Amino acid sequence: MIYKVELIILNKDGIRDPEGETIQKYVVEKISKNVNSTRAGKYILFNVESSSPEDAEKTVKRIAEEGRLYNPIVHKIIVRVNRDEDGDY
Amino acid sequence: MKFKDFDPDKYKAVVLPGGFSFGDYLRAGSIAASTETMKKVKQMADEGKVVIGICNGFQILVEGGLLEGALLPNLNLRFISKWVYLKVGRKDTVLTKGFEKDIIKMPIAHAEGRYYHSDAERAKRLAVLYYAGQDGTVDEKYNPNGSLFNIASVANEEGNVIGMMPHPERASFKLTSLDGVTDGLLLFRGLRKW
Repeated sequence: MIYKVELIILNKDGIRDPEGETIQKYVVEKISKNVNSTRAGKYILFNVESSSPEDAEKTVKRIAEEGRLYNPIVHKIIVRVNRDEDGDY
Repeated sequence: MKFKDFDPDKYKAVVLPGGFSFGDYLRAGSIAASTETMKKVKQMADEGKVVIGICNGFQILVEGGLLEGALLPNLNLRFISKWVYLKVGRKDTVLTKGFEKDIIKMPIAHAEGRYYHSDAERAKRLAVLYYAGQDGTVDEKYNPNGSLFNIASVANEEGNVIGMMPHPERASFKLTSLDGVTDGLLLFRGLRKW
């Protein structure tokens, strides 16, 4: 089975994110007053062949950690798994 | 010699100069940090040999865990190229041992130089150079990139591994240097005292 696994890398909460702050101040706040904060990060998409979504997630987490795709001193990660139903993404 | 063929046992010191290794993809220095060559450089550092990282070299040392902390994109998200004054904090490192000056002038040229360390006390202990005013005052108004405590350079405890965002090699020759400043050369001469 092929899974689309998304890796999102964001600055940790205490670490300033000037890109997100700029988007918040100059774009978001002009349109809506209901958005308290905006964070910008990096998005990496993997096509993973795996027997289960759990394994696919594990593989990407391992790549992120061992390959240092993020820097744990300053970043946090979000990993999301989607089954590739029609191969059209 | 190709960097892949380099034999760490043949050298007493290694300098990682500036540049944009692997196009700064992912994060500046991060891909270079995971190469086999950097394992050899780490081995040299562990043996107490001299390891110096300038600009992208500093980013590689931090990404490779040879130096503590992290270097984030500048707070204004721009590439900054200008001359800065620096206060010399530590004088027990390979480049600053017995250094006579307290304030030096060198250029910076980087987009990812915002130094961060999760332990403030540790950062103060390791810092070698601080962005400062002409009189050596360390203040937020002299901070070009949002670095913690205006830190421009750190070394390890032992002082044999040092990284810095400023470029000493661009402040080494009177003819090509702003106002003929050669403070960078003075730093390199510190190697003799090590």
